[in-house]
Amino acid sequence: MMAASVRELLTDVCAPAVLRAVAEGRDPDGAARWARYHELGLPGLLAPETAGGLGLSSVDFVLIAEEIGRAAVPDALAEHAAVAVPLLAETPGDARVAPVLEAAAAGTARLAMALSQERFTAGAAEADWLLIGADDELYLVPRSGVRLVEQPANDRLRRVHRVEYTPVAASRIAKGVAVREAIGRAFERGALNVAAECLGVAERLLEIGVAYASERRQFGQPIGAYQGVKHQFASAQVKLEFARPVVYAAAAALEGPVERAQVAVSHAKLAAVAAADACARIAMQAHGAMGYSWEVDLHFYMKRGWALAGAWGDGNFHARRVQSALWSGAQPLGPDHTFSATES
Amino acid sequence: MTIALRYTDAQRAFRAEVRDWMAANVPREPLETLESARGFAAHREWERTLARGHFGMVTWPEEYGGRGCNLIEWLIFEEEYYRAGAPGRANQNGIFLLGPTLMEFGTPEQRARFLPRMAAGEEMWAQAWSEPQAGSDLAALRATAIRDGDEYVLRGHKIWSSRAVYADWGFGMFRTDSASDRHRGISFILFPLDLPGMRVRGIPQIHGETGFAEIFFEDARVPVANRLGDEGAGWQIAMATAGFERGLMLRSPARFQATAARLVELYRRHAAELDPAIGSQVAQAWMDAQAYALNTYMTAARLIAGGTIGVEASLNKIFWSELDLAMHDCAMRILGTRAQLLPHAPDAGDVGAWLEGYMFSLAGPIYAGTNEIQRNIIAERLMKLPRA
Repeated sequence: MMAASVRELLTDVCAPAVLRAVAEGRDPDGAARWARYHELGLPGLLAPETAGGLGLSSVDFVLIAEEIGRAAVPDALAEHAAVAVPLLAETPGDARVAPVLEAAAAGTARLAMALSQERFTAGAAEADWLLIGADDELYLVPRSGVRLVEQPANDRLRRVHRVEYTPVAASRIAKGVAVREAIGRAFERGALNVAAECLGVAERLLEIGVAYASERRQFGQPIGAYQGVKHQFASAQVKLEFARPVVYAAAAALEGPVERAQVAVSHAKLAAVAAADACARIAMQAHGAMGYSWEVDLHFYMKRGWALAGAWGDGNFHARRVQSALWSGAQPLGPDHTFSATES
Repeated sequence: MTIALRYTDAQRAFRAEVRDWMAANVPREPLETLESARGFAAHREWERTLARGHFGMVTWPEEYGGRGCNLIEWLIFEEEYYRAGAPGRANQNGIFLLGPTLMEFGTPEQRARFLPRMAAGEEMWAQAWSEPQAGSDLAALRATAIRDGDEYVLRGHKIWSSRAVYADWGFGMFRTDSASDRHRGISFILFPLDLPGMRVRGIPQIHGETGFAEIFFEDARVPVANRLGDEGAGWQIAMATAGFERGLMLRSPARFQATAARLVELYRRHAAELDPAIGSQVAQAWMDAQAYALNTYMTAARLIAGGTIGVEASLNKIFWSELDLAMHDCAMRILGTRAQLLPHAPDAGDVGAWLEGYMFSLAGPIYAGTNEIQRNIIAERLMKLPRA
């Protein structure tokens, strides 16, 4: 229901023509888009109702994140709404938090996240505040208080920066074991979001590819009628279908023991990235030379997949996390452990 | 959207019951291959043991020897079954394919006649789908069942019939209208495998055992009462089987999760001598088995809520067959130079635990509809790509 409304909104607000304008530098800001996101309460979806948010949980955001991926939203909306806002909401006790949280929920202030686990930050250049996590400390810093080193990237719709910051005690809003754990959870949420976004990217790529393969004719019939093309699409669809339940199970796992959640999230991220990649390949292949052109929209979604593959833990990180849990015996094995992440 | 399951107390109790029963009854040593006469007899005996524990087919109604379990309970049963390393189901053509079809299309008399004996392991079933000229293109089948009074006279040639050498009964499609072609004029018929006018000839498989057979029908007669469903409705009935039950039940995830767990253990034992890249393959296998399980639970929940399964069966078939192959392929790589040996070779090591499964996994992309056919189905029916 909510996801359908979000799809409708994003189809309009982030139409391919908009993506093209942003990618070509004709719309560097996006303030008007944030106002539209706020129509559905998206920036404050996970903020507590007392802060003016809708008080939903991370789990509720999974389907929204899929829609954000499907639209290749050219703003760090998921990081703001489903990573930074919940982390800030978990950090009460400091007088500076409440007003920022309220503004973030209202979409009037934008947040970006810089965690020591994450090399680059999305949305930093447009953010009003940066939430900087290092070890067991959390800082809330205005953008003017950090140095941003831009890292031009393939996905021009998702600008990333290295955030340089020398900790200033006055900006520290929390410290301690609980903060370390909260930062850990924030990282898992970030990884889960990008996994869900990848599902949306994959779906969109398949749609674009199938539409083109159904229309483009060679040798007297649509190219999509040839098995050589058809079977590649079917293989990509299989990858997508079997990534989806993994992502949904990881969402539930976030509420369970952290070591199990980590394996579930890493699996989700690996599976969803692989699905998006497989869908990108066949979508591009079906387009032939058209798929290699700037003119066709395909590349916006394909590049989003590439960007997400490296965001919130790259493939090496997540593969190693799964493997170490398997080899150490921390991950229970066998048929009766399907729900080991959520079954206490 | 999430997938999480907290088992109910009743489900936990059921799991405990199955676990205890399996611990007491599963043979300590693996049975001989069910593709041999002795092995099949041992597997038949195991089916009877299962039936004595009322575990022949837990999802069936009690009147047919089942327990009326829902799909979640079925998954729990399967998890405990494979966790215990219980033998393969030699009657799977019956219990997983024909049984559900009988439940949906059979007359009360047919259900009462066949289902209890099937669940009890008293009658073992073979399938007879393919013909020499009708493999992937099954609608090209030519075998006929011509009405003569209250009997059908069967003529034709079926091939690649799994279990036909050792089983008691078979089922297949025959043209009841000899002038018909393609999907029309076909009826679904059940036949004993020892009829006069019938020859069953075993076909040795790549491992040398006789896992499938060809059946020659030379005016073999069966009563008209052996027809399942209406005359001429055979194709639709066969395809219905391919939907719900075959899609979900033919290969339960537990089987692959058990293999994945064994693979991880094999890897751990040999890790020091292996190419590190193998670790990635092992981890991928574990993840894919887990993904298959989660997807099956998601599907089961949808079906319990009144949903249906159609084209998803083709997605499943590709996924499990490729997963099974990848896992066994990986195990053979870990076994390295020993992988060329037969299990009884003096230095075979762990080969015995993997070779039969490896061979069988090679058949996975072929049987139950080749993966090429499944990809056509997915592309055309799910993705709506144009037909050639």
